[in-house]
Amino acid sequence: MSIAATNSVVLSLEGITKRFGALVANDNLELVLKRGEILALLGENGAGKTTLMNILFGHYVQDEGVVRIATADGVLQTLPPGSPGAALASGIGMVHQHFALAENLSGLDNIRLGTEGLLALGGGSAARKKVQQIIAESGLEVDLDRKVAALTVGEKQRVEILKALYRNVRVLILDEPTAVLTPQEADGLFTVLRRLAANGLGVIFISHKLGEVLAVSHRILVLRGGRKAGELVTANADRRAIADLMVGKSVAAVTRTAPVPGKVLAEFEAVSLKAGPGRARLDAASFTLRAGEIVGVAGVSGNGQAAIAALLSGLAVPDSGEVRIYDTPITKADPRALVGMGVARMPEDRQHDGVVGTMSVADNIAIEDVRSKDFARMGMIDRKAMRARADAAIKAYDIRCPGPDAEARLLSGGNVQKLILARVLERSPRIILANQPTRGLDVGAQSEVHRRIIAARDRGAAVLVISEDLDELFALADRFLVVHAGAVSDAGASEGLDRGTVGLLMAGHAA
Amino acid sequence: MSLRLEPRADASVTLKILVSFGAALAALVLVAIPVLFAGGSPLTAYGLIVQGAFGSMFALSETLNRATPLILTGLAAAIAFRARLWNIGAEGQLYIGALAAVLVGSGLLHLPPLLMIPTVMLAGFIAGGLMMVIPTVLKQRFGADEVVITLLLNFVVILFVQMLIEGPLKDPLSMGWPQSVPLLAEAKFAKLVPRLRMHWGLIMGVAAAIFLWVVVRKTVLGFEIKAVGENRAAARFAGIPVDATMLKVALLSGGLAGLAGVSEVAGVKGYLSADLSPGFGYSGIVVAMLAGLSPIGTVFAAIFVAAVFVGADSMSRATGISNYLADLVVALSLLCVLVGGFFLRFRLRYERAATPMAGA
Repeated sequence: MSIAATNSVVLSLEGITKRFGALVANDNLELVLKRGEILALLGENGAGKTTLMNILFGHYVQDEGVVRIATADGVLQTLPPGSPGAALASGIGMVHQHFALAENLSGLDNIRLGTEGLLALGGGSAARKKVQQIIAESGLEVDLDRKVAALTVGEKQRVEILKALYRNVRVLILDEPTAVLTPQEADGLFTVLRRLAANGLGVIFISHKLGEVLAVSHRILVLRGGRKAGELVTANADRRAIADLMVGKSVAAVTRTAPVPGKVLAEFEAVSLKAGPGRARLDAASFTLRAGEIVGVAGVSGNGQAAIAALLSGLAVPDSGEVRIYDTPITKADPRALVGMGVARMPEDRQHDGVVGTMSVADNIAIEDVRSKDFARMGMIDRKAMRARADAAIKAYDIRCPGPDAEARLLSGGNVQKLILARVLERSPRIILANQPTRGLDVGAQSEVHRRIIAARDRGAAVLVISEDLDELFALADRFLVVHAGAVSDAGASEGLDRGTVGLLMAGHAA
Repeated sequence: MSLRLEPRADASVTLKILVSFGAALAALVLVAIPVLFAGGSPLTAYGLIVQGAFGSMFALSETLNRATPLILTGLAAAIAFRARLWNIGAEGQLYIGALAAVLVGSGLLHLPPLLMIPTVMLAGFIAGGLMMVIPTVLKQRFGADEVVITLLLNFVVILFVQMLIEGPLKDPLSMGWPQSVPLLAEAKFAKLVPRLRMHWGLIMGVAAAIFLWVVVRKTVLGFEIKAVGENRAAARFAGIPVDATMLKVALLSGGLAGLAGVSEVAGVKGYLSADLSPGFGYSGIVVAMLAGLSPIGTVFAAIFVAAVFVGADSMSRATGISNYLADLVVALSLLCVLVGGFFLRFRLRYERAATPMAGA
């Protein structure tokens, strides 16, 4: 039945409940989006954001509740559940974190693809005119005739947004859109979103970065455990209040004392490494890691961070130049040797490289020293010793799991990271590589990880933190390195450094 | 309404047992259909198969005799597959192992049985093992696909063996039959029971299964094999020597298949011929999959497969139903076990469209 509604509401989710077995992923959620509004949807992992968006798109069918969306003339209509086609037809558009673009087609063809039949491609001056008009209205500048493969990440994202706008969407959803952008590109995106909203588009902005949520949104909806934890008007909100709503308890801000740098423990001297699978090249990189100091590596992902991590993890050796650990050059790719030298390594992709999902928590904690005297005698494994260490680690690091024998795949991302911390920090390492240490973790787990890293530094460890989250780097790093296109530049002490400078270096401009 | 699959956190022991029985039952029901088509009674046919496989001391001996090489090739597949090393070449490794046994045991050495038999076994193990190490090195060095190489090497090896037994190794006393010179009596396995064919190879197979169980469950090597098999990237990151572990697995896997060849030569035939194995290497893969790659389970799966084949022969003689039924029973059992394994990892969920369409 059509229901006449106030002109201004474009989307209304009413009493949405979705259960997966015993788990209630969405519990009686309400969400109202008005014309011209930017609504930030905020929540920890597992708070129910993704489930809610999947219901909106018809990928899931809700157990209770209705989705209503406005027609072109502003009348709210019920969206048939479980129908992605209906969701698209009713004017909902989504920009995913990972773009769905055909790399070998031009921007214009990508925009038209899916909306118009394949046979219609080619020619299309009417389509070009329409897209150009959208560009003029929104400020989404893109070269329409270049192949998408040749566009920057920011430009690709603009093509994605244009693709949605071309379909005359009334509701645009962006899933963590800034994860791949430099701060300057993110600012550009925010300007565009404000303009689009001013023209009447309703925008839902999914994020876990508090800073940008405060910068761009009008209203903030915080989810926690599948329920609405709170709703704030952005103008009246602050970081602390939002963080508290997200985790449901007061998050102690991590404090950091001034560093006391000691002697050089690790040194990169003119290190070059050519690109490999999933790894961009590194070009004559030189830097040092000192005891008692946290060095942060900033950069848009894919600019050489993976090469630095591979070298310091013992997975690669330099093609030229030298990596020295305590003055010993590393000449063999041997992770075990580095572990033996007291290097703690936290992998970037902790599910893929950090744990063997089908092995137990105890096995995964012991995996780096399975051959050590602690766990092996004459080639036989001492399961009792492994379990004892796991029991201690579960307590000390608050790893939430059914027990040491539970398979690691059953753990949440935050608990996997705690498991890895327990594995690498237990041996009091002198050098620590923390690669994206809190990516995908909730605020509570984040501050826990940060506290552990700072404690290790205070104990005298040299720490290298690689992160795409500038907030995290500013919270942790004593000194900044910035990577761009394989080159490492020293941005100096974090004290007095401003984001703009880092952002310019990330984009390849000299500071 | 839609059907969805959701991963299961953990399957209970009861569920695992239920699923195994369900799979066996499903296979028997499915096989009943072609039996009915062939004009037989499924229950009679099944009864005759069981009787033919276990009904007498002779039948039991034949079944265990047949199970012996299957245990060894089954273990060869199980250990390799655990490390995600796809050894499809057990057939060739079996022949190479048999060849090594003949080369060492037909007159080159003269030792008392207590030394001769272990020497022959060692020769067969090393020969079979090297046969698997080669494709593994090619995989590591050049990224060559071990499935293709091990599979094709089977034909290379069998043709090579045929060449030898038609030529330099041919037994001058064989009246022209293409078979090798015989093993010395000191190199042959003793029978377990006089006048019955089952031999000490069976004990060797069971011992190998127990040994492999210890390796898998209790040793550092077993830990490393599991890590390498389940998540190679994480194993490498954690410093486990992935390539060295794979080479150890290759040696072990090929070696076990080689021992199957030794066992057939030293325990059954006494010489090498081109019909030594009716596909024991390939059936070993089925055995390992039926056993869920469990070393102890492999022993039982091998006896099951052997019993089906031995029993089907005797059933066929009694009823006139083709003994191809054995292939059908084994194949359908495998399919049912695989489907059952799928239901252990996932649960099915029906989702109803909760809200009627409105306003459209």
